[in-house]
Amino acid sequence: MIAETGVSIVDQLTGNFWLAALLKTVGVLGFFLVVPLIVGYMEHKVLAHAQARLGPMEAGGFHGWAQLVADGVKFIQKEDVVPAAADRNVFSLAPAVAMIPYIVVLVVLPLGSDVFALNLDVGIFFVLAVSGIGVLGILMGGWASANKYALIGAMRAAGQLIAYELPLVFAAAGAVMLAGSMSLINIVEAQRDLWYVVPLFPLFVIFVISSVAELSRPPFDMPIADSEIIFGAFTEYSGLKFAFFLLAEYGGIVVLSGITSVLFLGGYLPLPFIPLPGPIMMMGKIFALSFLVIWLRATFPRLREDQLQRFAWVSLLEIALLWILVVAFAKVAMN
Amino acid sequence: MAIETQGTKGIGQGLLKGLGVTLKTMLRPAVTQQYPHVKPDLPARTRGVIALKEGNCTVCYKCARECPDWCIYIDAHKEAHEPAGGGRARSVKVLDRFAIDFSLCMYCGICVEVCPFDALFWSPEFDYGEYDIDSMTHEKDRLEQWTYTVLPPPELEDGAQPPAEAAS
Repeated sequence: MIAETGVSIVDQLTGNFWLAALLKTVGVLGFFLVVPLIVGYMEHKVLAHAQARLGPMEAGGFHGWAQLVADGVKFIQKEDVVPAAADRNVFSLAPAVAMIPYIVVLVVLPLGSDVFALNLDVGIFFVLAVSGIGVLGILMGGWASANKYALIGAMRAAGQLIAYELPLVFAAAGAVMLAGSMSLINIVEAQRDLWYVVPLFPLFVIFVISSVAELSRPPFDMPIADSEIIFGAFTEYSGLKFAFFLLAEYGGIVVLSGITSVLFLGGYLPLPFIPLPGPIMMMGKIFALSFLVIWLRATFPRLREDQLQRFAWVSLLEIALLWILVVAFAKVAMN
Repeated sequence: MAIETQGTKGIGQGLLKGLGVTLKTMLRPAVTQQYPHVKPDLPARTRGVIALKEGNCTVCYKCARECPDWCIYIDAHKEAHEPAGGGRARSVKVLDRFAIDFSLCMYCGICVEVCPFDALFWSPEFDYGEYDIDSMTHEKDRLEQWTYTVLPPPELEDGAQPPAEAAS
């Protein structure tokens, strides 16, 4: 299962399997607990400035840098309410089911040619399969809440997952076909000459749109749609459980930005004239794509449910299939 | 479908324009004034607090009588002043107390309008809140202090009539 190219920096340092596993776990968890908070802070600031405001300025002193830490402390202090009619166990399990898949995906995400936890042969397949589980958490939470708004939100989330998972997978398939490998490291290495965003530009656009929809981020936030169904599947959640859902959302932004970067923007490969180390390049690309996701939220109003489904089935899917066909022909013609 | 046919200039042009608007706003400095750290810029006509220029007051009681909720308290006594050049003594009113209860005041500004000798002014000061409702009654020393924060009136607009007092 493990691909032969590249050895993780952790394995280079220590030959002890258990020590390496521990270090990798700590690294992945640390990454998951820090980077989504930075993206969350960025969202506060970018949205504020898009509306000619300043955003958080007080917490932590310098430009409110500790705002999300303060939010976390606030969430911990809140009462953990479970509705009387709710299915307690499913209700409590749902936030974990929503959050853990994104942590698991981080395991295969390469930050540099030797900075990763695991180089799976089936990398991108693993990523798409595991990140699809996250929506199950939303579905569980919505169903177990025993609340009609939560249920409507959960149903919308399920419908959205089915609609947008397909273009997402097809867009990724284009990059996999071109690279001839499903390992994320090999996909990145195959882009040494040309980033795939150039030959696969339509698929890049489709991948970004579909990942925004997968995360139920505006303008594809029908499952949450606070002006019509309160807060969708999260309506009954409070305190730490709600914070986990939020963390899953920001973690999802980081993970899908990372995957977009690996598939289309050359992952950790540097720009031609700016020779920076791989992890810095990768983080820069992740933050740039996260900025794009936030920028879309700041700009566009929410799509209606039927528009959202129509957009996925009638335009995205067709363009993705067509471009895969083009890639297949080009690949065969060039050989 | 009418909406779709209107935007036939090119696919996604409106979307790009929208992104441009938000990006331009992001690059502009924010309009937020960081209030507790920075005092806000308030316009000259701000109805913050009513200030009293004691020297102009003739104790005519017009403000206290016109006040709709009776929040102005005035105490005065009469003194006889002998003119320097001789003649009969003139009776002059001397102000002992002038206080406004800002817990009653509804900031209508009638007292400022009605004052015949320009003793009352609007000042833009606004942060004089108290924890106790009784402390909201401010005496004339405090009201006098606020006259130093009164802003000059704004420039007249083009074509506006000159103020009546300037013509006389």
